Amino acid sequence: MEGTIRASGLVKRYGEVLALDGLDLEVPQGTVLGLLGPNGAGKTTAVRILTTLLQADGGRAEVAGVDVFEDPSAVRERIGVSGQYAAVDEHLTGFENLDMVGRLYRLGRRRARLRARELLDRFDLADAADRPVKTYSGGMRRRLDLAGALVAEPTVLFLDEPTTGLDPRSRLGMWDILRELLSQGTTLLLTTQYLEEADQLADEIVVIDHGRAIARGTADQLKAQVGGERVELVVRVPEQLDAARSVLQTVSLGDVQVTPHAHALSAGVTGGADALMEVLRRLDTAGVGLLDVGLRRPTLDDVFLTLTGQHAEPATGDPQAPDEHTTEVA
Amino acid sequence: MHRLAWALADGHVVAKRNIIKIVRVPEVLVFVLISPIMFVLLFAYVFGDSIPIPGVDYREFLMAGIFTQTVIFGATFTGAGIAEDMQKGIIDRFRSLPMSRSAVLVGRTASDIVYNLLSIAIMALTGLLVGWRIRGSWLDAVGGFVLLLVFAYAFSWIMAYVGLVVPSVEVINNASFIVIFPLTFIANTFVPLENLPGPLRTFAEWNPVSAVTLAAREAFGNTSEAFPAPDVWSMRHPVAYALLWVGIILAIFVPLSVRRYRRSGS
Ligand SMILES: Nc1ncnc2c1ncn2[C@@H]1O[C@H](COP(=O)(O)OP(=O)(O)OP(=O)(O)O)[C@@H](O)[C@H]1O
Ligand SMILES: [Mg+2]
Repeated sequence: MEGTIRASGLVKRYGEVLALDGLDLEVPQGTVLGLLGPNGAGKTTAVRILTTLLQADGGRAEVAGVDVFEDPSAVRERIGVSGQYAAVDEHLTGFENLDMVGRLYRLGRRRARLRARELLDRFDLADAADRPVKTYSGGMRRRLDLAGALVAEPTVLFLDEPTTGLDPRSRLGMWDILRELLSQGTTLLLTTQYLEEADQLADEIVVIDHGRAIARGTADQLKAQVGGERVELVVRVPEQLDAARSVLQTVSLGDVQVTPHAHALSAGVTGGADALMEVLRRLDTAGVGLLDVGLRRPTLDDVFLTLTGQHAEPATGDPQAPDEHTTEVA
Repeated sequence: MHRLAWALADGHVVAKRNIIKIVRVPEVLVFVLISPIMFVLLFAYVFGDSIPIPGVDYREFLMAGIFTQTVIFGATFTGAGIAEDMQKGIIDRFRSLPMSRSAVLVGRTASDIVYNLLSIAIMALTGLLVGWRIRGSWLDAVGGFVLLLVFAYAFSWIMAYVGLVVPSVEVINNASFIVIFPLTFIANTFVPLENLPGPLRTFAEWNPVSAVTLAAREAFGNTSEAFPAPDVWSMRHPVAYALLWVGIILAIFVPLSVRRYRRSGS
């Protein structure tokens, strides 16, 4: 009970825009919910409402056994938040930032200092502890902000896109930090644009778009809906696109996608590497020459395509699309 | 602990942070300190001999006015500081903490007392250099400085509210000039009230800026028998009248600002 997040029918309107359109969420104590969605889906809005930063226009929410709208200050005592943009003071040092947060959590002077040093050590910021934050890299700021969320050892944690903007190495580092936290039984609501991140960290995933949940389940369940991995290939000559499509069709879970100008095809498969081998054998038999072939795990875009029939991002004319391969296949 | 006690404790933490920032970004401080020096020198040398005051040297008359004007302008920093905080990411941290909902404002207005103390000190030194002297008792003079700081504190709550309302820091400066210039010029700050034409004079006599200036002037002993205060209640009892305004301003703008802060962002 004391670590549960529960929200039902959350509505938030910004003028004409319906940022949240009756969102329901439930995160049992000690579990991780990944809120997955493209830009503008309403992830930040949901997090800000649950963390008392924003007033909802409708719905109910309960965090750690406390009604968010009735008693926001009691909620603030129980949660840690790291928003989409690092909430740190540029002119203060890392230590001063965390010390201040500790004081404002009312830990007392001594405990606030100890806690600040402890967190700086843990997040590998000890060397930069006494430098103003404006000299920090993006990844360091992110870690400092996360440390700020953990100062009072909250039972419920909200992280809004904790790894967006981080390079792959920093992202892996952040995942390690989060996994360690989760092993201590913290309840976590995490937003992300990466299916892989939700896959790595979350017990359950809710996919949202236009302020509504469009799918929920474990990562495996979602991937099963999407069709697991995809085989992607590029044929050597455009004349063989049709032949390749026929071969792929025999193993594909859904329709084979064809991108004529790139001579590329892709198809959802199950069985991973085995499926890929099978495709290659059949293509060889059919005499189709390949320029490139590979097995790709589903991305958020694949999830979207499958669930909504639309791409995650509003389709825009891509000015960088190569225009030299314009050969259309009849 | 009591809510007020927490507001003060948390406000103290925020004020400490603001003061660290004063030290880290000394450019701001330089500006704060140079402008009063400039004012003292400009008025002392440009108007010094053209505005005769019976029984008092103009430079001595002037200093209380400059003090008052400068601490009122100091409130602009409160507004700008609040407006800047509201736009920076750190405000989300503050708003997600179980801290007192008034601490950001309490802390900001408190740390700006430090600004005002510094600028008063610099002005006093500059004043002494151009010939200003405290002619009364030191105790009275300290009382005069305290009144200036108290009035400045109240005024900074007005600007704190403005800082919460405006969309950006840039707007603050323009908005405050529109209010602060008339308020500090239609007063006894730079010219005697007798020199002002009818309606302006009435406004000036009841302008709290005049009361603060007159109270400070009397506290510093920069007045003369040959030049008595006008016979209106506000000018006969400038300290009481100034404190009355301090009370009114605080009673209105503290709750107004705190309410505005709570609702900001949603
Ligand atoms: N302050 C605001 N005023 C007007 N519209 C807003 C405001 N904040 C958010 N919106 C709109 O609400 C919708 C949801 O925004 P939100 O920030 O929650 O999306 P998000 O899922 O966090 O996106 P991103 O991945 O880009 O962070 C968007 O259409 C956005 O334009
Ligand atoms: Mg967002």
